[in-house]
Amino acid sequence: MHTGIDELLEKYWHIPGGLVPLLQEVQKVHGYLSREILEKIASGMGISLAKVAGVATFYHQFHLTPRGRYIIKVCMGTACHVRGAAEVLFAMEDELGIKVGHTTPDLTFTLDQVACLGACGLAPVITINDETYGKLTPGQVPKLIEKYREEAAVVH
Amino acid sequence: MRRKVLVCGGTGCVSSRSREVYDALESELAGRGLGEQFELKYTGCHGFCEQGPLVLVEPEGYFYCRVTKEHVAKLVDSLQEGSVYEDLLYKDPDTGNRVKTRNDVPFYQKQKRLVLKNCGLINPESIEDYLNAGGYRTLQKVFKMSPDAVIDEVKKAGLRGRGGGGFPTGLKWEYARKARGDKKYIICNADEGDPGAFMDRSILEGDPHRVLEGMLTAGYAIGAGEGFVYIRAEYPLAVRRLDIAIKEAREKGFLGENILGSGFNFDIHIKQGAGAFVCGEETALIESIQGNRGMPRPRPPFPAVKGLWDRPTVVNNVETLANLPIIFDMGAEAYAAIGTEQSKGTKIFALTGKIKNTGLVEVPMGITLREIIFDIGGGIPNGKKFKAVQIGGPSGGGLSAQHLDLPIDYDSLIDAGAMMGSGGLVVMDEDTCMVELARFFLSFTRMEACGKCTPCREGNTRLLEILERIVEGRGELQDLDLLESLGHTIIDTSLCGLGQSAPNPVLSALKYFRPEYEMHVKNKLCPAGVCKALLSYRIIEEKCKACGLCLKHCPVGAITGKKGEPHRIDPEMCKKCGECLKKCPFGAIVLAGGDGFGQGQSDHKRNHVSRTQALYNLKSGGRERH
Repeated sequence: MHTGIDELLEKYWHIPGGLVPLLQEVQKVHGYLSREILEKIASGMGISLAKVAGVATFYHQFHLTPRGRYIIKVCMGTACHVRGAAEVLFAMEDELGIKVGHTTPDLTFTLDQVACLGACGLAPVITINDETYGKLTPGQVPKLIEKYREEAAVVH
Repeated sequence: MRRKVLVCGGTGCVSSRSREVYDALESELAGRGLGEQFELKYTGCHGFCEQGPLVLVEPEGYFYCRVTKEHVAKLVDSLQEGSVYEDLLYKDPDTGNRVKTRNDVPFYQKQKRLVLKNCGLINPESIEDYLNAGGYRTLQKVFKMSPDAVIDEVKKAGLRGRGGGGFPTGLKWEYARKARGDKKYIICNADEGDPGAFMDRSILEGDPHRVLEGMLTAGYAIGAGEGFVYIRAEYPLAVRRLDIAIKEAREKGFLGENILGSGFNFDIHIKQGAGAFVCGEETALIESIQGNRGMPRPRPPFPAVKGLWDRPTVVNNVETLANLPIIFDMGAEAYAAIGTEQSKGTKIFALTGKIKNTGLVEVPMGITLREIIFDIGGGIPNGKKFKAVQIGGPSGGGLSAQHLDLPIDYDSLIDAGAMMGSGGLVVMDEDTCMVELARFFLSFTRMEACGKCTPCREGNTRLLEILERIVEGRGELQDLDLLESLGHTIIDTSLCGLGQSAPNPVLSALKYFRPEYEMHVKNKLCPAGVCKALLSYRIIEEKCKACGLCLKHCPVGAITGKKGEPHRIDPEMCKKCGECLKKCPFGAIVLAGGDGFGQGQSDHKRNHVSRTQALYNLKSGGRERH
């Protein structure tokens, strides 16, 4: 079931400092890091599960729960903040019915906040997967989400 | 000579769909059989993100702004005719005149673009372009010098670290050169985590070879054989271009063994960060490369003596390294002639927030804030007034109008209670609440704190709690003293730069915007109209025409009223989103400070008259004194 992990372990177990890139690559394949995966990595690297979990929980990039099909990142950088990013985030929470940092039960959307997307000229800005949406107002949020809901419904 | 059409491919322009413009241009040029006559390039960032997507036509230098794919057909017409596409030229907002070239745009006139010289003009994915622009030329010079002479030259140039602290680069190198170790390392710190700062990313996206050239120089000076670029994984474009650059440099013999016949061996690897702000701190960064939680450790020993895998390691920021080819190109003396007594060269700032011209600017040290904000940045939009500028991100401080004529360098900023930081410059207008902003910064630093040392973990948490209390209208006057004493204790006792600088936004705001804090605690008022707990929306009966617009747009149904009678807002239900105020065509809805919210209710009922008076004082000049 955990395809590819053995190959990746083979690639990284002997490299000093290999744990972080190993976790990055495993997550790329599996989408998130389950407890079973962390255990497998710990025994494969010959280190404790506590050490692996410690690293996995330290960095924002690693996720221990499944992620949605669409990852919404709301930029909460300073430039976006002073141009009303919080309102956009609240509107997202209302529309999706989840709090920031969570995933909808149907695994369609994950709502994240990030420190800075670096597109300050477009503030407030969000990304949905690889698409960027700038100069957003809370009023535009429902329509935007609806578009993705429809897309998800077509694919299923 | 083939004419060049350069499309900006920096993240700002890419977000504004510059890729579509590039693709449309490519097919339009090919469709008309012009592919041979015009060289189409996808470049790095021009810095003027506000006007993106940008297209530059060389050699004429026509600078086109806000280009969309719909403009492409006409743009190619103009290319064929050799004419100017007037409608796409930058329009000077003051004079209304259109200007033809980049250098005519006021945004560029006061800049001194040395580090960003190539950004926007060369294809970052082509080493040939970099070589044609004079790239890797300084290595010949460097390899003829002794390592000690190279260090002396950097000292003479007066280069200081651009990542925040401003430590003299030459001195850092000297420590590492003198330190014993069977191996030594150079680390390029590209873990740019400050919200609102994107200069490192733009350099890596626009001119990656310049950073490699800098790393080679640093490696040669300290005797390192290997270098790492520690870069945020959130910068996928920069990672990709850096990866291409490293491969090309290896192929051309600029990386590897016996580089340019000098006998010097050096190679560079990319290490992607996994998302932790604290990893911008050098000892935390080293821990992270070693595969651990990125937590700082006490210094000394400094990394220059005992760093990566316990060996002497120099950690330099992207912009610092990108300065090195300039120093060895123009010579230390000419470089040291730019800037102020103690701060040499230029600094790149990311200009964002409530400002007309958002973007990336490179200016000589010693320029004033007024020049950056008003001459380059074009001032504050929508006729609002300048209130404050946050320099140095969440670790820096907020400066007020009294500092507008302060010449900016490392030391003047520290004296004013801010810091250079990585160079984020966020401009705020009168609608920004300084208390709420301090709360915002602190919530960021607290979230990003690693939790290792108590002053930062507990202290900053308490600091945040106090600020939350204040913005929720539950603050008391003694809270302000508590903020100050606690803030100073945290600065004095925290382990690393993150904790030591986290209270800066609070302390500087208390220093320069104290009346605003006092308004929040004494009068339960937020003069900027931001802190929701201190505000309420109300309908002025005399002005209400009962049109029903507000009622229709209220997302929570808090507004009631019938035809012909003034509407009302139920304060219990109101979520204070402000939609009604925006929609009302008669100006009948007002935002009033401080009526009947929070636990301080009884208190401010009593103070009603003084609160109104205080608000009046503040609005009619109280803020001008600062």
